[in-house]
This record gives sequence, C-alpha cells and structure tokens, in this order.
Amino acid sequence: MTVQPGATDPAVIRNFSIIAHIDHGKSTLADRMLQLTGIVEEREMRAQYLDKMDIERERGITIKSQAVRMPWTVGDQEFVLNMIDTPGHVDFTYEVSRSLEACEGAVLLVDAAQGIEAQTLANLYLALEADLTIIPVLNKIDLPGAQPDKFADEIAGIIGCDPSDVLRVSAKTGEGVPELLTAIVEQVPAPTGDADGRARALIFDSVYDIYRGVVTYVRVVDGRLSHRDRIRMMSTGATHEVLEIGVHSPEPATCQALSVGEVGYLITGVKDVRQSRVGDTVTLATSPAGEPLAGYKDPKPMVFAGLYPIEAGDFPELREALEKLQLNDASLTFEPETSGALGLGFRAGFLGLLHMEIIQERLEREFGLDLISTAPSVNYRVVMEDGSEHWVQNPSEFPDGRIEAVYEPVVRATILCPAEFIGPVMELCQSRRGTQLGMDYLSEDRVEMRYELPLGEIVFDFFDALKSRTRGYASLDYEPGGEQRADMVKVDILLSGEPVDAFSAIVHRDKAFSYGVEMTNKLRKLIPRQQFEVPVQAAIGARVIARETIRAVRKDVLAKCYGGDITRKRKLLEKQKQGKKRMKTVGHVEVPQEAFVAALTSADTAEKKR
Amino acid sequence: MPLTLRADAADTPIEPGALVTVPGRTLSCYVHVPFCATRCGYCDFNTYTPSQLTGMTTRDYVQAAHREIERARHELDDGRPLATVFFGGGTPTMAADDELAGLLDHLRQAFGLAPGAEITTEANPETLDEQRLDRLLDAGFNRLSLGMQSGDEQVLATLERHHTPGRAVQVARWAHRAGFDNVSLDLIYGAPGETMDQWRVSLETALEADPEHVSAYSLIVEDGTAMARHIAHGRLPEPDEDLEADKYLLAEERLGAAGLANYEISNWSRPGREAAHNMAYWRSDDWWGIGPGAYSHVGAARWWNVRHPRRYAAMLAAGTGPRAGHEILDEATSHEEVVMLGLRLRDGVRMTELTRAERSALPGLAGRGLVEVREGAVRLTLAGRLLGDAVTLEILG
Repeated sequence: MTVQPGATDPAVIRNFSIIAHIDHGKSTLADRMLQLTGIVEEREMRAQYLDKMDIERERGITIKSQAVRMPWTVGDQEFVLNMIDTPGHVDFTYEVSRSLEACEGAVLLVDAAQGIEAQTLANLYLALEADLTIIPVLNKIDLPGAQPDKFADEIAGIIGCDPSDVLRVSAKTGEGVPELLTAIVEQVPAPTGDADGRARALIFDSVYDIYRGVVTYVRVVDGRLSHRDRIRMMSTGATHEVLEIGVHSPEPATCQALSVGEVGYLITGVKDVRQSRVGDTVTLATSPAGEPLAGYKDPKPMVFAGLYPIEAGDFPELREALEKLQLNDASLTFEPETSGALGLGFRAGFLGLLHMEIIQERLEREFGLDLISTAPSVNYRVVMEDGSEHWVQNPSEFPDGRIEAVYEPVVRATILCPAEFIGPVMELCQSRRGTQLGMDYLSEDRVEMRYELPLGEIVFDFFDALKSRTRGYASLDYEPGGEQRADMVKVDILLSGEPVDAFSAIVHRDKAFSYGVEMTNKLRKLIPRQQFEVPVQAAIGARVIARETIRAVRKDVLAKCYGGDITRKRKLLEKQKQGKKRMKTVGHVEVPQEAFVAALTSADTAEKKR
Repeated sequence: MPLTLRADAADTPIEPGALVTVPGRTLSCYVHVPFCATRCGYCDFNTYTPSQLTGMTTRDYVQAAHREIERARHELDDGRPLATVFFGGGTPTMAADDELAGLLDHLRQAFGLAPGAEITTEANPETLDEQRLDRLLDAGFNRLSLGMQSGDEQVLATLERHHTPGRAVQVARWAHRAGFDNVSLDLIYGAPGETMDQWRVSLETALEADPEHVSAYSLIVEDGTAMARHIAHGRLPEPDEDLEADKYLLAEERLGAAGLANYEISNWSRPGREAAHNMAYWRSDDWWGIGPGAYSHVGAARWWNVRHPRRYAAMLAAGTGPRAGHEILDEATSHEEVVMLGLRLRDGVRMTELTRAERSALPGLAGRGLVEVREGAVRLTLAGRLLGDAVTLEILG
C-alpha cells in the first residue's frame, strides 16, 4: 500500500491528538515521537520543537497548533501517523474541539505525579463527544514522586477502562514511547470517508506566516484537494486557488494533492486568518459539496479591555501591532476608543483571560509597547424600560435611562482540586456569586466541583485567588453557559466631581460599595497632592457611595539652595517638567500615568509581575 | 569689558569661551572645610569624621587648599577683588584658628578683598569660646554663621547634635561682645517628632541672642542618610508636610515681629544684613569654590571638585587641578536658573527677564494668590513662598 501524500490508503492513516495539561509533558512527548519516527535528527532536535513562539516555549504551553505526519512501521506495514497538536488552554476550547474533530483518536496524557487536571478533563469530554478512541497514558514515570498506580486507577475510573490498559511512559527518557506509537496504530481507527464524494475538508487551524501568507491546516473528510484547484470556503462563499498543498514532516513538503483521511496544509495567498476560519469547510468551487461539515462557529470574544499606549504618540504603533496579531488570531477583535483619562486607544475583545494576557504580553514584548490596560469587562445585555436593548462591553457605554433588566454572561466552571481544599474553593465560588452544580470524587482525595459563575466575576483575579487558596493545586476550566439576570450597576469614580472613565466599572450592586471604597482609597494614596483639595468619590448615578479627600499640598521643598545645590535643584526642576508632561489632566487634577497603571492593577497581578 | 579665566586646568578641559564672565558680576570665594567631629544622622554633606580620614589631618587639607588658591590665582587673573568669602563645611572651626587665618590671608594676598567685603565662617556652637572668637575676628572674619539647629534638647538629640540648647545663644552673645556685628543662626524645623511648641521654643531661644540674621530650613530626609534608614524602619516618624508648612508660617510671624525680614525663601535678616555671599549664588555672580566637592561658577561654566579630601589633596600635590566635572550653561539653562533662583528672593525676577509665554502664567498664579507683580518684577507672596517650586515650574512651563 502506498504512503505517498495524496495517494495514501486511508487504511494506513491514523489521525490523533494529545490531550494534556500544561506541564504534563505533551511537547516533550511530541519531540520524542518526532525522533523515534526518524523525521527529526537528534542534532536538529531542540526542546519543544513544535512550539514556535517564544511565549509558548517560556510558559510551556501551546497557543497555535500544527499537524505533523510521521511514518511508523508495525509488522511489515508502514503506517502514517498524523499528530494534530491542540492548543492547551481553557480559552481555546472551540479550537481544541475542531482539532479533535479532525482525529479518530486521542492520547490522554497525564502526569503520573499530579493526576488529571480540570482542563484535561474538559478536553477529554470533548474527545469523548467527538467519539474518539482514547489511549490513556501516564507520563513522567521516571520521577521519584510518580504514583502511577494511584493515577491509573483515577483515569480508569473516569474513562471506564481497566487500570492495566493505562500505558506508562517517560517522554523524557523515551521509555514506553515506541509501545505507545504501536498502540496508536493498533487502537485508533483508520479514517473513513467517501473517497469519490464531493470534496469536504475541515479547517482545524490557520496560521499567518510572513513569507507564505496564511497556512491553512485541513483534514480531508471526503474526496480530495489538489494543487491548482479552485476552492471555496463554505461559511463565507469566498473562493481561492490552491497555490501550494503539502504536509509537515515536520518541515513543510509540498505534494500534488491530499486525499480522503489525510491531514496537511494548503496555501491560497490570503493574508488574514479571518479568511480561513477554524471550523470552516473547504470544498471545490467547481463541484461544491451540498452540506458543510457540522460544528462551525464564529469566534466570539468573551472578555474585553481597553488598551492604551502610555505614550500617546504610540497609538499608530499599537494599531499596527494589533493588526499584525490579528493576521494570526481570528478571535482577537479591536476597535478604536477614546478615553477622557487615557486618550486614544482600543477596546479589544478576547476569548478569555489567558488569551487577553497573552495578547498584552506580546504587544509589550514583541512590539515594545508600554500599555495601560483597563480592568477587563464582559458583555452585558441591558434592557431598557422602553424595550430597547443595548450590548455593553465598556462601562462608559452603560446607559443612563430607566433600566428594566441587566443580563450578564455566565460560565459553567469545572474545578479539580485535592479534597482538603473543598471548603476554601466553595467559599471562593460563593463570594463570586457562584451556584454549585455538582461535585464528584475522582479518587479518594481528589474532587471535581462544578459551578455556574458569572463571567464578570472570574475575569479579574479569580484564577489567582483560586491558586492561592489551594496552594496551587486547583485547576480550572470553564465554558460559556448562557446569561442570567443580575442586579448590575455602574460605579463611577470622580475626581473633583469629574468622572474618570478609565475607572468606571460595572459591578453587582452588593459589591458596589466595596469597589467604591477600595478604588477611592487606592486613588487617594496614588494621586499626589495638588494645590487644591481634591475629593475622590465613588458614585452610582448621582448617589455618592464612597468618598476620600486628597488634601491640598501646603508646601514644596523648603530646603536651602546654595552654590552646590543649584545644579541639583535645576535638574530636579527639569525632571519635574518632564514628569508634568506625562501627567494626564482630569478636570483640573493632574494624575501621573503611574497612578492609572497602579490603580488598574490588582495587588495580586502586581505581585505576579515582580 | 569681558574678562577671561585661563582654562589651563589639567582636569576636564573647559572651552575658554565659556569662561568669559559678564561685566558687572562680582567675584566671591567659598572655602569648603570637610571635617566634622561626628556625623549627624540627617546630614548628606561632603564631610568626614576623624575616624573616616585616619592619617589625614586638617593641616594636610589646609596645605591642599593653599595649593588650590594658588592655582585659582593663576587661572583667574582678571584683577577682581573678592566681594565675599565664606568658610563652610563640614565644620570650619575643626581647623585651628591659625589655619583658617592662613587661608584667609592667602586669599587676601591672591585676590584682594573689596572694601566692606563680607567674610563669614560657619561654626558649631560647641567648637567656639571667647578666645577663639577674638582670634577669628582678628584674622579678618566679620560674620559668624552658627549651626544652632534647635533650642530643644530632645530635637537636638534626634538631630544628633551635641551642644546644649542654650549654647548657641551664649556663643552669639560672646560674638557680639567680641565685636562681631553680623551673627547668623541656622535653624532646622521638621525633625522627626518635633512639635509646634518645640519649634516655637527654638525661634524664641534664637531671638534671645538678638541675631542679625536667621536661616530656617525644613529638614529634608536625604536618601542614604542614617535618618532615612531610621524612618524606613519605623524607628523615627515620617515628616509631616502640613506641620512643616505651619512651622514656616510661625517662623515668618515670629522673626518678622522681631524685626527680621524675609529676603529669600529660607532667610531672614535685619536691614542691610542680608548674606551677601549667598546673594552672589542667587544672583548668578561668579564664585570660586576651594576644597573637596566645592562648586564654582565663572562665566557660563560651573564646575565641581572631586569629593574625597584625600583624592583632592593627592591631585593638588601632584600638580593637577582637582576638578571632577563641569557643565556649560547655555542661554536657556542660565535663564532657567535666573528665574528659579530669582523667584526665591524678595526682589523677585524682573518682568523683562521673562518671555511672553512665561509672563502668560502670571495672571493665573496671581489669581491664586501665589505671586504679585509690582514695580516691574514678579515676586512670591507668602503663600507662594511655600509653593515656590510649583510656581517656578508653572512659569517655566
């Protein structure tokens, strides 16, 4: 049977993903597979070969996936293994689901010292929903703290297999990895599809490459796609010509076609990943398929934040940087926004918290921008008494008139943690207005807790709070869970009677007071005394709920100023002049940039950054 | 007629053009004596205790200072006599009277003294007695600046000063009796823990000595001092800015009532007893600073000497100038300094000195009661004196 791309018999193809938690060794396992199958030489090997971005490598997580074609011989037969890497974070559930949809099997990789984590469990459920064959594997069996028997029992309990079916490997040393490759061949079903039907290929990833434009990763479900074919994206109807088609092994290798069951990439010359959307179906323009593959969804941002350059002159650079990031990230949205306090910036939409953090970090690191980010917000639906409806992503858009009801997005969260932390976790979830949906023991001492939580309550520092209350042992996953009516109010912060838009927040009425007290107190300490008294107030509409006063400055430096002091004094003056230029004037109040940054950073986040 | 300073110092070269002075500028001399018996916790001046300078005596220092005076005489041969001389420190009176007299003689010989020249020495009260006062007067000193600091025992202890509260008054009286007709007392307010009453006692005590001049400074906690560490560790309370403002107002009230008029933000005097030497700094006249770490200003150049006495002495012994660095004040910078320093003075800044943009800030400042414009000059009001830096910043924009 031939194994050439474009002419591979589906019977010898095995398409699989690896489901794992951050740090459980997925990248190391992938590296080891590349080596054992001989497609990467030892000397070319660099740790975590497949993770291309620095941030990914540093954080040990995968943001963008890739697919790699590897040969593996069992008996006399050479097989083709397509390993489809999945993004490893909670915010990318949809992308994960599309990657899994492109497979017939999944390796469930669990750290033998830590056991399964919430996010892995969530992805496992996605894999089970997609009817994938699961191959359970315990990694890091070489570690002194490994408890393979305990966690084999745990996994067996979750997926309903026998503990002895759980393979044991060390991705680091390579022990057990050849057996795993053989198990993939033996257990994962070959793809089935209509080789002669009209072409349908699932896009499970698309990546922007500055040299090649958008590289679209597909799994051919029916029919075939060839070089020079005119293809159509079924969600938008846009057509393109296939300029290049091929497979990664792991370096790209062009071929003439991809046929049923195969996984590879195609390049059409488009420059923007939004034209090649994850989950979309590729068909032939000349003989299009009647129905797209099921499950396509538009990426929908869940979390929003204002991004402002600290130097006002950096606004064009910020726009350019966001545009560049968007080339590779269809889920990132942004539009210009003007803040009275922070000047020109953008309101950006993200899939979730990590997505937001990654984007902010990349803007600062890769593009060298200094940014102020406003507190993250979510999308509220506000229904007015006159029946009109507003979507509010930014507190400044919160309507003034008579409000009938406010609806907030909620998520269904899964938290896995050692049983000893049940109390603190429940307490945290309750304080964040959570409703418990259920709780199960995964093993004697580990529990899975399910909560419905308002998204707005977890966007700020929930994960940090969870980690600190469980000494880092808890893991969290969440998925959108619709919306609920909630008594939300907008709290404004006023300096000398002038509202400062950057500090407004939409919070639950029960928390408005504590938010007001916290912010006014923080600002009193952060804003330097001015030549006049500055009241700092928190208000809901016209009602003041908290007040602090920054007293007028009485004196500045009354030191001596003799011959030797003049240069020093003048330099200080020049420094103050520069500092004054960096002040933002709110009403008559001069607020240093640092005060905005500090006020918008939670204590936890500040701690983390140090 | 422009005068030229010879730029043949062996350290950082200064372009000769920058050393052309301005007609009408007077020449002064500052002599820095970098010795103190002990180090006070708030002090960040360039001064050293005997244990920090083992093997180096005041005599070694004096020898080096003589060498620098000699260099200055050669470099600055424009024939101007010294309008003022000021011995500061440190504690100049740590040096022997004949050492101080020798330096002053050398200056007199090298430059000459202008008629009526003001010759000041600083002194700590505990270092002086009646005999020494006579000798200083004989040597030619005619003004005494005493580091009284406080009239309260507890505050003096916080400042780590070792004289008794009454000592400075005693020395001032001796000085008057000896024939000094120009005695200044230095006071510091705002020491950690100092109450309003303690400050009032300081002012009253100082006034008992009937001084011709009083300087009152708010204590600045400088980074790196022992006091800054004590405050950081909570062993001393943080300074209270509002209380300091009230103390300044009390000083203005009490000193004014005693016939001492404010003529610079932190300085009060009887008519005609303004410190001429310090006025030279504030009016951007020329001065030569002798001694380690001393600053000089001639023409458009300002330079400063190496800070360590040993290094200072070694360089001079080796025949090189002790200059550590310099700056050339361009027109914009000089202007900035003229405004910054002039605003501190009772006479203020001439309106003609200000640009149109700078003048445009005045109505707003006057409206807030911080400045007044009269007789062709802008002056700080009492409220403006408390916020002098802010006013300067607003005018210079």
